[in-house]
Amino acid sequence: MTASGSAGSGVPHLDVDPFDMTFFADPYPAHELLREAGPVVYLDKWKVYGVARYAEVHAVLNDPATFCSSRGVGLSDFKKETPWRPPSLILEADPPAHTRTRAVLSKVLSPTVMKQVRDRFAAAAEERVDALLEQRSFDAITDLAEAYPLSIFPDALGLKPEGREHLIPYASVVFNAFGPPNQLRQQAIKRSAPHQAYVAEQCQRENLAPGGFGACIHAQVDEGAITASEAPLLVRSLLSAGLDTTVNGIGAAVYCLARFPDQWQRLREDLTLARGAFEEAVRFESPVQTFFRTTTREVELSGARIGEGEKVLMFLAAANRDPRRWDDPDAYDITRRTSGHVGFGSGIHMCVGQLVARLEGEVMLTALARRIAKIEITGEPKRRFNNTLRGLDSLPVTITPA
Amino acid sequence: MPAIIFIHADGKPDRVETSGGESAMQAATRHGVDGILAECGGNAMCATCHVYVDESWLARLPAIADDEDALLDGTAAERRPNSRLSCQITITSELDGLVLRLPDRQV
Repeated sequence: MTASGSAGSGVPHLDVDPFDMTFFADPYPAHELLREAGPVVYLDKWKVYGVARYAEVHAVLNDPATFCSSRGVGLSDFKKETPWRPPSLILEADPPAHTRTRAVLSKVLSPTVMKQVRDRFAAAAEERVDALLEQRSFDAITDLAEAYPLSIFPDALGLKPEGREHLIPYASVVFNAFGPPNQLRQQAIKRSAPHQAYVAEQCQRENLAPGGFGACIHAQVDEGAITASEAPLLVRSLLSAGLDTTVNGIGAAVYCLARFPDQWQRLREDLTLARGAFEEAVRFESPVQTFFRTTTREVELSGARIGEGEKVLMFLAAANRDPRRWDDPDAYDITRRTSGHVGFGSGIHMCVGQLVARLEGEVMLTALARRIAKIEITGEPKRRFNNTLRGLDSLPVTITPA
Repeated sequence: MPAIIFIHADGKPDRVETSGGESAMQAATRHGVDGILAECGGNAMCATCHVYVDESWLARLPAIADDEDALLDGTAAERRPNSRLSCQITITSELDGLVLRLPDRQV
């Protein structure tokens, strides 16, 4: 892994493969290499531009007219290749089409709605901690980071009880599919048919319980905000991006707090830090590591000239630890002012479910810190490999009750 | 550069110098003003940079857009007629001396 001399346009060419298993196992040295090589780099392996510094990642995210999403936010260029599934009406769309669909999901997942579901989410977190206190030793990924969102989010959406086991595998396909045609992506898509069939079925109006997020999206059809054929695809967005992301977010937070006992202690002494502890874990671990954009015209970015129709890979995780932006970036500090981190993105495509994620994270960490004195890692954590998501497959822990 | 004054829930004032064209929220976070959380970083999505605008300044602010209006319905502290999101207030020289009161909580 080296940075070779600058080529034609002055953009350094790197032979880093950010979708390789060795990269995933320890991305931090490569993130530093990418950041320090220049404000814009070129990755020969996949023939894409890359930005890993905070300023450039933030700039690309906030210029959707130049760096568009409608040609796909993965490596695949929808102008040249047929997408593996019908494109998302929100993630893979540009204004003005995006503006309308975005408004619908913003409304369905608004701060007002979060107030309504808060008590329910908090009660479920307490119930989860009850169960964990019975177990004492458990897997913090399966029994906590997965079990908690699974106990609330599918119900909040209004999904039927049957078939929910497809949800995490489906999300895994979606996030692998943003990557290049490597083994992770090819295998995921090859095995995706049953998960896709389940998801397509659940997105239909008649399969969504009244009062849930899904039914609220369909109700927007009656308001004239979206058409009847658009509604199922918007429900699909919540099924794609609403569960596995929070699993990895909560997993990241628990992993951080188990590794850094001083921060756990601080949280226990002041439970109002729970929300910040979750947010800092999203910055520190960046559960969503990368996204692509495609240039709509020739553009100059921090001195680098990028032609039209080029893919630009944004390293959100590297930006979240850029020393140009963050003091002591490699420290997990639950009192840090995290505002401005790009773990949820930034600009018009910034995670529309961020409030759901924060609510889940906050109430879960509050419940844990109130009732547990100590979390000890008792076995080797196992990583789960995905082209976009960073998280663990297994985190064996033992807890001591408060 | 124009300065603005945040008054904390306990009555303590915090005078903040702004820099060209930034929002009241950005000025607050840059100076570490407690009481402005700004979880979404200024994208008008989270309602955690809620302020109560001093009545004498209210008419001088730009109108509330629809998305801000909807978000204000979801603030943690009570919404009042003078509630605004500080990320949506761009500080210009006309707003030099603006007084913004902070709610007792943002989440």
